[in-house]
Amino acid sequence: MPNLSPAAARALRRLIAPVLAGSCCAARAADTMDNAYWNMPKGVTQISHEVWWLHMFAFWICVVIGIGVFGVMFYSLFAHRRSRHPVPAQFHENTTVEIVWTIIPFLILIVMAVPAAGTLIKMYDTRDSDLTVRITGYQWKWQYEYVGQGVSFFSTLKADANAARQLGSGIDPATVPNYLHDVDRPLVLPVGKKVRFLLTSNDVIHGWWVPDLAIKKDAIPGYINEMWTKIDEPGTYRGQCTVLCGRDHGFMPIVVKALPEAEFEQWLAQEKSAAAAGTPPAAETPPAPAAAPSSSGSAPGAAADQPAAVDQPSHDP
Amino acid sequence: MASQSHAANPHSRYYVPHPSAWPFALTVGLALIVYGVAGWLEQRQVPTTLLVSAGALLAVYIIFSWFRGVALESEHGAYNAQVDRTFRWGMSWFIFSEVMFFGAFFGALFYTRVLSVPWLGGAGAKLLTNLVLWPHFEAVWPSNGPAHIGGDFEPMEAWGLPAINTVLLISSSFTVTWAHHALKDNRRGRCIAFMLLTIALGATFLGLQAHEYIHAYTVQNMTLHSGVYGSTFFMLTGFHGLHVTLGTLMLIIITIRLALGHFKPDHHFGFEGVAWYWHFVDVVWILLFTFVYVL
Amino acid sequence: MAHTHADHAGHGHVHDEHAHGPERGIMRWIKTTNHKDLGTLYLWFSGIMFVIGGLMSLGIRLELFHPGLQYMDPETFNQLTTMHALVMIFGGVMPAFVGLANWQVPLMIGCSDLALPRVNNWGFWILPFAFTLLLSTFFLPGGAPAAGWTLYPPLVLQTGNSFPLLIFAIHLMGISSITGAINIIVTILNMRAPGMTLLKMPLFVWSWLITAYLLIAVMPVLAGAVTMLLTDKYFGTSFFNAGGGGDPVMFEHIFWFFGHPEVYIMILPAFGIISTIVPTFARKPLFGYASMVYAMASIAFLSFIVWAHHMFTVGIPLAGELFFMFSTMLISVPTGVKVFNWVATMWKGSMSFETPMLFAIAFIFLFTIGGFSGLMLALAPVDFQYHNTYFVVAHFHYVLVPGAVFAIMAAIYYWIPKWTGVMYNETLGKIHFWWSAIFINVIFFPQHFLGLAGMPRRIPDYAVQFTDFNEISSIGAFLFFIGQFIFIYNILRCALFRKGLKPAAARVWEGAHGLEWTVPSPAPYHTFEDPPQEVDTETPWVAGHPAVAH
Ligand code: HEA
Ligand code: HEA
Ligand code: CUA
Ligand SMILES: [Cu+2]
Repeated sequence: MPNLSPAAARALRRLIAPVLAGSCCAARAADTMDNAYWNMPKGVTQISHEVWWLHMFAFWICVVIGIGVFGVMFYSLFAHRRSRHPVPAQFHENTTVEIVWTIIPFLILIVMAVPAAGTLIKMYDTRDSDLTVRITGYQWKWQYEYVGQGVSFFSTLKADANAARQLGSGIDPATVPNYLHDVDRPLVLPVGKKVRFLLTSNDVIHGWWVPDLAIKKDAIPGYINEMWTKIDEPGTYRGQCTVLCGRDHGFMPIVVKALPEAEFEQWLAQEKSAAAAGTPPAAETPPAPAAAPSSSGSAPGAAADQPAAVDQPSHDP
Repeated sequence: MASQSHAANPHSRYYVPHPSAWPFALTVGLALIVYGVAGWLEQRQVPTTLLVSAGALLAVYIIFSWFRGVALESEHGAYNAQVDRTFRWGMSWFIFSEVMFFGAFFGALFYTRVLSVPWLGGAGAKLLTNLVLWPHFEAVWPSNGPAHIGGDFEPMEAWGLPAINTVLLISSSFTVTWAHHALKDNRRGRCIAFMLLTIALGATFLGLQAHEYIHAYTVQNMTLHSGVYGSTFFMLTGFHGLHVTLGTLMLIIITIRLALGHFKPDHHFGFEGVAWYWHFVDVVWILLFTFVYVL
Repeated sequence: MAHTHADHAGHGHVHDEHAHGPERGIMRWIKTTNHKDLGTLYLWFSGIMFVIGGLMSLGIRLELFHPGLQYMDPETFNQLTTMHALVMIFGGVMPAFVGLANWQVPLMIGCSDLALPRVNNWGFWILPFAFTLLLSTFFLPGGAPAAGWTLYPPLVLQTGNSFPLLIFAIHLMGISSITGAINIIVTILNMRAPGMTLLKMPLFVWSWLITAYLLIAVMPVLAGAVTMLLTDKYFGTSFFNAGGGGDPVMFEHIFWFFGHPEVYIMILPAFGIISTIVPTFARKPLFGYASMVYAMASIAFLSFIVWAHHMFTVGIPLAGELFFMFSTMLISVPTGVKVFNWVATMWKGSMSFETPMLFAIAFIFLFTIGGFSGLMLALAPVDFQYHNTYFVVAHFHYVLVPGAVFAIMAAIYYWIPKWTGVMYNETLGKIHFWWSAIFINVIFFPQHFLGLAGMPRRIPDYAVQFTDFNEISSIGAFLFFIGQFIFIYNILRCALFRKGLKPAAARVWEGAHGLEWTVPSPAPYHTFEDPPQEVDTETPWVAGHPAVAH
């Protein structure tokens, strides 16, 4: 657009310098942002690092495009307001610029899509796992089952938080450690091993998410979803159910305790012998039928015919 | 051509109707019906029968008056060529919306046949769904699912009644077209005869379908409860049957109007609209016959 | 010909018809077939629903002000979330756009009314009934539906007494939308003044043509989906039950096949509004008229093949995941074209900043931010982190509130002088604008941080590290809401208490072009009973039009 370009060039020159300077500083700042509570955690797996990188990459691309577009717009609002620019130009068409600003965003998208596809493909590869854990969602708790190990238990909201969260309990949540992010029995996992999860549900759809592991998947009744993780650092990682599952959806936290391999083996052996000795681990008590929230009507078709998932023998293919 | 004479006439304004209480009353009727049905479904303490029958009476009365009013306006020549085009566009888009409504149920049929049932049987990425949750389930169509909902059933057979019904409906599309030609040739008696034939074909179709349903429920143990097969079968053919019923009623009304001397050889959108609808119902049936019965 | 007689009779009749004015009292509104009356009714209805939906959102924000449950049990909270969304979407935004179409489409294309006036009345009056049924569920034992506006089974099947009313209310809304859309589409296709070819139509009309098409295509699908819910709950079908061979995820597919086009239904008319307002106040023709049309058409087309981006975490196979990721990202291209064209329209214009223009500028700025977060969500592997967190809530409120709702406000400021014949108070308009523009960001910007830091959506209570941003957001919500009373006061004065207000000229804005500005303000009860002459129908954006040559 010839009648536009000198001004555009000037505007661009004025803009590009601060943009570049700004993004350099900001990029450095962002590196320290990973654990801040306003950004996505960088996490403790290779996948979570890649996801974090993709997130920041997409974010900065948007920031740069935004500065460009809004820069031009605000410059125009300022320079082409009526008091400064009383006679409007009348151009209203230019096929070349239309083509340019169709193609450039398209190329930018490709730049984003390629690494995203790469990461996605990795996330879908659940082969060659060292350990398989079956996760079953219930209204409103999780069941963890170490497939082929005979260890299985339920994991529910910690009692102190449960007391504090009651309507008008009078307990200040700030006094409860890890309020709503703590459970009675965490899922214990080994560090450095590829763990595969088989995710399903006993009643409605739930969602299993631990931000530090960058894995989230829905637990669908009657179907198995697979996902995997390989944790790099020992520690405790917290998450929550992410699919609205009824009254206490906000109160079914997830806690993963990642132990060094040796400690994990020790823990597992303990659990096994406890199970063998007949100390009733949570899983042996048949799960209470999912209570329908306050409403009287429940789903006849849906609820009655659910597979009794826990009763099925587990096959490890 | 009449349409040209209308367009060329500068005084032929687009018809804007009087204020009308029909639409509001129709809405009252609909609201009564759904409130009653909702109460019935939840077994709440509402006078279900009263609500539904009052609503239905009101709705039927209004629909009748409304269409009668439109027919009278048309017969009085209130509608110019532009109004005629409005009806054509309106009917076409309405039929398109109906196509999309059936699309939802066809979508469900394809999804269950192509994806969910095979997945439950362990196809594709869902091997573990089968091994862990439904170890003994083998995916075949027709299926009532791994939980065998509704128990053993005998699936529908394409080459009995349904094939006859296909022939009936396809023939009825021809008869309604012949009726249309007769109307255009201003041969009213012939037109009415073909309309009666079309109605008879439609009614026979409905009769056979009723018979098929009764047989399915009483002999084949094939019901709405028969898993996704029963669900998709009865929802698709049921909604289709509903549309055939509606179409037949519309044909009857058009035939009565023909007998009353309505419609001109070159001005009869009421007739054409119903014929389009009938063809639409026919096309849906052909898809149904192919995907629900044959394949 | 046999015809002539009927013709004459018809004409006598027709002229009588046009002699009628509005009826008296309440019956005017119940029986009206006039597009202006119905436009007004739609806008009133929508305004009431906005306030109700806004109050529900205040309930949500109140409970989320602090961690812990202070004011309501979790079930009530879920009811508020669900109903807030249904009311805002089906009761607020959609009827507002239909109301604007009712008023403006006939005025902009030069015809006497919508094509099917009685059906138009029907489409409107269904809505108050549908929402009465829906809102009445709050008073049933078990309360209102609480499974989210997305109605996912099996959870939604646990709904109590309110379930069938929910389903039937949605059916009724569907009938209303479909009849409304058919009416608008037929009007646009059939009733344009002579000489107004498709590519000379004002862009608001274009945006509605495409929106109406989307509505007719997807509302029946929603009707089908909820019908299957109904039969699964009461008639033993197994559509969404794995035991019978069905799949809960199938509902999500059908729902989002409707739901994604639905979000564009809520933004395309806004695009049309912005494309109308920006040229007026830049005093310069819209840049790239044709590419704007093509962009909207591409968005509409793409909107049918991206739905599963709402379902990246449900476990669809990898190939599907990739397909939906790529197709979703593609939507940024035509949307970007629109944004660039608006900026190019401003470029070298001669801009003044009356309230409609301010809202339009804020739209471009804030909608684009919402679009950017949408693009980030489109990256499937990253969406695993964003999905069902407040990052998504922030995304869609940016496109819906400073997007769709700001566009509605801009349109009302822009056209209300034409509707009522008086100018709104510009100072109050500006105060309303700055108030809204500031506090909308106070509400929703911190929600990005909340989501990234890990706060899921649809929870009544949260871990304490999320407290600060929730407090900010809640304060913003209350202040934003209060500020809307400036708007309500301003428009109520124009609509009902006109004494002392400045009368509006026929061409209210000096830079405005189009047929609606050739009729007096307020627009008479009947306009364009005879189509306007050809020259007026040229849109000024076309080169060679007298309006373009300064
Ligand atoms: C008006 C409504 C509206 C609009 C317009 C959009 C627009 C977009 N939306 Fe949004 N969305 C919603 C309403 C809307 N959305 C709602 C209501 C939900 C949640 C529903 C629920 O779960 O309850 C949702 C959820 C949602 C999700 C699911 C998130 C999740 O649940 O995990 C995704 C994922 O892809 C998404 C993506 C997008 C994209 C890519 C666009 C694109 O159209 C945006 C395109 C625009 C731009 C990109 C900006 C302008 C472009 C440029 C300046 C050009 C240059 C830019 C680049 C090349 C980067 N949206
Ligand atoms: C158009 C749609 C729309 C609009 C306008 C809004 C407006 C607002 N929303 Fe809403 N919201 C949704 C659509 C919308 N929302 C959806 C789809 C969900 C998801 C639900 C789910 O999870 O199922 C949601 C969920 C949602 C949540 C998350 C709840 C949860 O996950 O538990 C929150 C929390 O803060 C929230 C807050 C707000 C606030 C503070 C406003 C404020 O902006 C409200 C302020 C008031 C107004 C904007 C109205 C003012 C306008 C007028 C007075 C105009 C008068 C008009 C005329 C005369 C025509 N909304
Ligand atoms: Cu379980 Cu949400
Ligand atoms: Cu979407």
